[in-house]
Amino acid sequence: MLSKSQAKVFFLGGTMVTFVIFLGLSWNSLSKEVPKRTHEENLTAQVVAGKHIWEKNNCMGCHTILGEGAYYAPELTKVYERRGEAYIKVALMTKTPWQPRGRQMVAYGMSDKDASDVVAFLKWIGEIDLNGFPPKPDLKK
Amino acid sequence: MKYKSQKVAYWFFAFSMLLLILQIIYGFIMAFAHLGYDNLHPVIAFNTARAVHTNLLVVWLLSGFMGAAYYIIPEEAEYELVNVKLAYIQLITLALVGVTAVIGYHFNYWEGRKFLEIPRPLDWLVVANVLTFLGIILTTLFKGKKRTTTSLVLTMGLVFAALLYLPGMIWFDNQTMDSFFRWWVVHLWVEGVWELIMGGILAFLLIKITGVDREVIEKWLYVIVGLTFISGILGTGHHYYYIGVGKVWLIVGGIFSALEPLAFLAMALFAIAMYRKGEKKHPNKIALSWTLGTAIVSFVGAGLLGLAHTLPQVNMYTHGTLVTAMHGHLAFWGAYGMIVLAFISYSLPNLTGRKLYDSNRGVLAFWLSNIGMLGMTVAFGVAGVAQVYLERRVGLEFGDVQKEIQVHFLILIICATMFTTGIGLFIAEFIRYGQPTDEALIAATDHDA
Repeated sequence: MLSKSQAKVFFLGGTMVTFVIFLGLSWNSLSKEVPKRTHEENLTAQVVAGKHIWEKNNCMGCHTILGEGAYYAPELTKVYERRGEAYIKVALMTKTPWQPRGRQMVAYGMSDKDASDVVAFLKWIGEIDLNGFPPKPDLKK
Repeated sequence: MKYKSQKVAYWFFAFSMLLLILQIIYGFIMAFAHLGYDNLHPVIAFNTARAVHTNLLVVWLLSGFMGAAYYIIPEEAEYELVNVKLAYIQLITLALVGVTAVIGYHFNYWEGRKFLEIPRPLDWLVVANVLTFLGIILTTLFKGKKRTTTSLVLTMGLVFAALLYLPGMIWFDNQTMDSFFRWWVVHLWVEGVWELIMGGILAFLLIKITGVDREVIEKWLYVIVGLTFISGILGTGHHYYYIGVGKVWLIVGGIFSALEPLAFLAMALFAIAMYRKGEKKHPNKIALSWTLGTAIVSFVGAGLLGLAHTLPQVNMYTHGTLVTAMHGHLAFWGAYGMIVLAFISYSLPNLTGRKLYDSNRGVLAFWLSNIGMLGMTVAFGVAGVAQVYLERRVGLEFGDVQKEIQVHFLILIICATMFTTGIGLFIAEFIRYGQPTDEALIAATDHDA
């Protein structure tokens, strides 16, 4: 029967081994895969500015991006492709409260520059290789 | 023999209960918004309510863990906390940082990173606060007469939880990197080191309540936390399927996530086995219900419902839908909410000297909150699955799908009301116990010496 010290070895050994594998895989992903899959060459100052605005307003508090965030408002990973620049800019720049399909969005009333930065960020997001996410609706006629 | 410094735990629990009430209120705001009644939008927009709801959850659980640690460590180390005054200061500063953060969320002072919305300057105050806490715990443990496995596992969990907060504070220009390290905090907390904390608290409760030999309980504690880390560390991969890293995570994440329920299953079987093995019957039946309850509900909520959507083929469709909210609610409730309530139920009679542990109100609190939360989980699940089919497979517009599934939020609100009634009764009992006294602690040689 298992003794307490064997159980301790199982815990410490198992943790150590899996943690080392985890670090190795993480290193590989971050150094080799991320630059290619996210097209880091396109990560311009404007995209970074857009990310700042994205975070400053907690857009993830309603929307998801890369499937992460809240489930109150649409997934925005492919929004650039789906709606195009003009639509997104109107949504961000409007000063009058609006409610697409009855659900209110904060009227941010952004400047043209800020809205363009967010668009650049969303365009860059849309080009990341996400292993096929979001899926194409396979039952759509 | 009990220790006077354990009293400080009570105030952490009281703070915890206060935040739980607030968390529930903000939950209702969101549920009503989903139902179409977002009248508070100009004052409390959805993203505010959401940030407050999840952050209060984290803080009330942490406050509960800290309280539990302040209670457990003196008893296990057989040594009074080294600096009680500092522990009170730590609680007050924790409350101040928390209040500042929550108020800030109402005025666009935050950073929109799910679960880690606290702005960077406040992050540093959190770090200082947690270091103070760890300083007190570690010094007490170091000076104490005994270093038991239970106290070491608990402390290890708390230390790693503090360390893992740091990767979340680094700024990345690249959203994928940002997300990658955000999960080091969030996932490795809840599916890693928090389980050490939970395991440590659970072991302590089982030792006290069942009277089973410490050596037996602590042996299985090692096995369980071993299973947790072996599955949980590489299980982080299930957050990396679709965020811009390679396909290797689909395989690694898929396999190790499938093993994650084993740790929870082991925990449930362990708690039940120890209960049946235990020869003495502790009179605190309510604490026993919560203790066995947390082991079982965490297996269902965190283990099984997690597995329900961590296979990459399934997650491709459920990622970023209400299915996640379904799992999230029962997982946090079962694994972490209930262990805190279990510990409060166990420790209050000892802290206050009042043995109110066979009241109907306490029993009702347990069942109403659990059945209510199960109902909420089902409502989220039905809404989530419908959303997945209509939006991800049939290809309807997001907004149209939300209209279709709106009715499930009515059911959610009904179940949440039941849940809230249960919590209300629990807190009513908490208040009825009154405040802790030195006499009570010294007299509490009781059944679990």
